[in-house]
Amino acid sequence: MNASTELILELVRVEKKFGSFQALYGVDLSIAAGSVTCIVGPSGSGKSTLLRTINGLESIDGGAIFFKGELCHEEVRGGYRVPVSRTKSREQVLNFGMVFQSFNLFPNLTALQNVMLAPKTVRGLSQSEAKQVAKEHLARVGLGDKLGNYPNELSGGQQQRVAIARALAMQPEVMLFDEPTSALDPELVHEVLEVMRSLANDGTTMVIVTHEMNFARDIADELVVMADGRIIEQGAPREVLSNPQTERGRAFFAAIGEQHEKQVS
Amino acid sequence: MTTNAATVPDRTEHQKVAAMPIRRRFELKRWVAAAIAILVVLSVIDFLRSPGWKWDVVAANLFSDDVLEGVSRTLLLTVTALACGTIIGLLVCMARLSRFAALRVMALAYIWLVRALPIMVVLLFIYFLAALVPTLGLGIPGLPALFEIETKHVVTQFGAALLGLSLYFGGKAAEIFRGGYLAVGAGQHEASHALGLSGPTKLARVTGPQAIRVLIPPLANEVVTMFKNTSIVTVIGYGELLTTVQKVYAQNGETIPMLTVACVWYLGLTSVLMVGQIWVERRFGRGFNRRVNFKAQDTGRADS
Repeated sequence: MNASTELILELVRVEKKFGSFQALYGVDLSIAAGSVTCIVGPSGSGKSTLLRTINGLESIDGGAIFFKGELCHEEVRGGYRVPVSRTKSREQVLNFGMVFQSFNLFPNLTALQNVMLAPKTVRGLSQSEAKQVAKEHLARVGLGDKLGNYPNELSGGQQQRVAIARALAMQPEVMLFDEPTSALDPELVHEVLEVMRSLANDGTTMVIVTHEMNFARDIADELVVMADGRIIEQGAPREVLSNPQTERGRAFFAAIGEQHEKQVS
Repeated sequence: MTTNAATVPDRTEHQKVAAMPIRRRFELKRWVAAAIAILVVLSVIDFLRSPGWKWDVVAANLFSDDVLEGVSRTLLLTVTALACGTIIGLLVCMARLSRFAALRVMALAYIWLVRALPIMVVLLFIYFLAALVPTLGLGIPGLPALFEIETKHVVTQFGAALLGLSLYFGGKAAEIFRGGYLAVGAGQHEASHALGLSGPTKLARVTGPQAIRVLIPPLANEVVTMFKNTSIVTVIGYGELLTTVQKVYAQNGETIPMLTVACVWYLGLTSVLMVGQIWVERRFGRGFNRRVNFKAQDTGRADS
């Protein structure tokens, strides 16, 4: 990353509790526009939770999230913060496109309808404009021939690509990926990663929670390792992998079979 | 290996077996079941041929003016109560799922009442409501009402029947709607949130259609129940099908044939409802059908 890159997203001391369980302990994270950030870490480390706080799927119990310098999901009222109105919340959420582990396509709609729905009803495009936009994005993910298929007629990899097209069609500023390949059969992972790689090459700002270490090393500008609700390692992927600063980080890479000395040489 | 020697001469035998056609396995149970079924059908036919039925009287009255009037009133009551009850059900369901505890408690109390009180008691109570409260008004208790009307004008026989059946159907439908709503996975709500869909859009295009698919069977059941429950209205004397039939046999003394007329209409109209159900299930099964078809194919091959 060069010095001139602007910050697009800033998480400041973000805290999250589920009952008595603290999922995030004051996490600080800055995302530069056009960068790719990969978040890795053991199960239960809070990486998905962190991602979900960004677009408001999880409310936060402390700290704040800023998008382009403006407070997100909350507003200041007389020295206190209150959640924004639902209308405002829906506007803010459009800055982010989200891709889920389990796709979450609408099963009652075809691939084309899945992608068209939000541009038409939220962005207010006409039927034909929305259709045009949806077709373009489905073609971009290589599914121009699957427009009329329902999700259950598509493979997992195809479904996830429809989900990516659906998120892209809203032209978000940041794409959030929550373990996009974890629910896929091994032979289908590749096609989804290829789509993501092309997005990264086009300069899309991306935050990716993933278990695909090879992919993360290749694609990430910034690699973030989380454990127990905290960020324990952060930096350029090769540096983090070759020289983990913490015992916990070394243990994690050893456990997932990431022989960093070998990789570097 | 020692088995190799034995395997080679078997090959041709295996080829022969593989070429044999597959047939259904003989099962004695299947034939016993069929025999019982035939016996039951014959008994029913025999029973229906008994002269007491007086099929000629049934035929003569099936489309008589009185009966058709009763049928049309039954249908009117069913359709209006269905419409009002569905609206009540949706409102109560929304209240039941509300973020606000006050609404949840009110909805729960309503559902509790509908579940606890028999429909006949509710109908009688509403019909005699005028004796309890002579005027109905809108306003805050203790202050003069904004709007007032005499109870006897609202609670006619039809009014009481409509009110009773709608309130009853509304309570049942509310829980069915809630069941349908809960059947839609959390992921659908999360995806809708992430795309910025508004509440109404989400309901109309995403969660609603998926919920409808799940709630059709129990709702159709409840609709049929309410259609038949219209006959209970006879206790407050509204002239629907059963009340009409009772009036006719009080005059001509043909009790069984006239009740048969009512049964034929109830059976016929329920069949129409069930055909409607099949159609609606197909319509909202889109996107879910293929898996069902696969299953049908699989079991079809395994069974036959």
